[in-house]
Amino acid sequence: MAVEIKDGKKILVTPVSRDDLKDIHIGDIVYLSGDLTTCRDVAHRRVVEEGRQIPVDVRDAAILHAGPIIRPLGDDKYQMVSVGPTTSMRMEKFEYEFVKTTGVRVIVGKGGMKGNTERACKEFGAIHCVFPAGNAVVAATEVEEIVEAQWKDLGMPETLWHCHVKEFGPLIVSIDAYGKNYFEEKKVEYNKKKDEQVELISRQVGFIK
Amino acid sequence: MAAEKEMTAKMTDIMAQFVGFTAKKLPDDVIAKLQELRDKEDSPMAKVIYDTMFRNQELAVKLNRPSCQDTGALQFWVKCGTKFPLIDDVEGLLKEAVMQATVNTPLRHNAVETFDEYNTGKNVGKGLPTVWWDIVPHSDECEIYTYMAGGGCTLPGNATVLMPGEGYEGITKFVLDRMTSYGLNACPPLLVGVGVATSVETAALNSKKALMRPIGSHNPNANAAKMERLLEDGINAIGLGPQGMGGHYSVMGVNIENTARHPSAIGVAVNVGCWSHRRGHIVFDKDLNFRIDTHTGFEYKPTV
Repeated sequence: MAVEIKDGKKILVTPVSRDDLKDIHIGDIVYLSGDLTTCRDVAHRRVVEEGRQIPVDVRDAAILHAGPIIRPLGDDKYQMVSVGPTTSMRMEKFEYEFVKTTGVRVIVGKGGMKGNTERACKEFGAIHCVFPAGNAVVAATEVEEIVEAQWKDLGMPETLWHCHVKEFGPLIVSIDAYGKNYFEEKKVEYNKKKDEQVELISRQVGFIK
Repeated sequence: MAAEKEMTAKMTDIMAQFVGFTAKKLPDDVIAKLQELRDKEDSPMAKVIYDTMFRNQELAVKLNRPSCQDTGALQFWVKCGTKFPLIDDVEGLLKEAVMQATVNTPLRHNAVETFDEYNTGKNVGKGLPTVWWDIVPHSDECEIYTYMAGGGCTLPGNATVLMPGEGYEGITKFVLDRMTSYGLNACPPLLVGVGVATSVETAALNSKKALMRPIGSHNPNANAAKMERLLEDGINAIGLGPQGMGGHYSVMGVNIENTARHPSAIGVAVNVGCWSHRRGHIVFDKDLNFRIDTHTGFEYKPTV
């Protein structure tokens, strides 16, 4: 069983199967325990454009769009000092192929993603979640251990930091395995309200007479 | 001369420590406003997000770490008296203070030289940190606003020049459009700074100065203050909520700063601060006694 309920928290435990995601919907709040690997711009490019095999097996596990601050402890050991999600939209153009190739189940980042990711989530059974940004210390303290570092040639922010995390979250589901997209639905609502407000305010600011 | 050197070292030390401190603890007015907005949200999602934010700020102080990993490209707005004894040294010592804070805090390396496109690794570069100067005649004090903004809330920044026919209605649309296109990804609840002037740079500088004003303060002009309130209510009504994921409140406030304009042009700029609005304000007297009105809890520990 890869979904646990503890103190009212819904916790996904890796490995996560497609079936485990069937009761998870956009707007739900979940947590993650197990394997989470930081993975961002250049790593996506290597997998998708260069066709290189990702050196950390993320199948049925999670990736985090982030560039952390790491403290080396010597002997290939590292401590997570500070880690926050980065804008997921930068990975949008690669994410369909990335999910297809790697079999990743849970993508964590900041802000929404679009059609490519929606399609990947629906076809291959995956979700995209938002970790509330600006909370770098909370996120760092939910990392129990950095178990390996791969593609270190990419430098600290871009290295694949393979972490063991415990109840990492809150993660707010922004795209579910049915391909529904929280942000895209909200944006329709926001834009409608914005147009109403522009009209309302405009009637009261005729200062040039 | 030796005395000036000693004083410069002391002011550098104070500024390095203060900059580092502002990376770890938010200003008192920001904390109070976030608490107020937190109490007014009722959806489980908004509550979970606010709980995380407050837990993060507590942990940052407890573990002595920057609360957000993006500690910005440092900016300073200096209002320096012509009689302040270190007036010649202020700009240089601020650069040195940023380098010290980068190592000691630590701050993320956020200075990329343009065109050569490499990270200096020191948080300083050509014209960075940014220092804006206001010279204050007959004063022997030096007032410094510090500001670190991450990339996320820097992105929505925008400025344009409207035709007078577009009026304040055009300003309204310009600001609100930016909220739904970029604002929702800039870590709301935001502090929105609006500058109204003649050209892009005069409007832009006003919009940045607007972000240095305390939350809840108002423009002294009645019409401008009315527009602050209208924009605040209007952006709240869009319902961005914390993290742009929905809620009753989108902003911590809207501050407008204005200067007179050319009859044929209305310059307008919008600048936003994220919920982690890391601004500081410190005032030195001629003997380097200082007071801080943005934060409580800063303790200077001399290292020079």
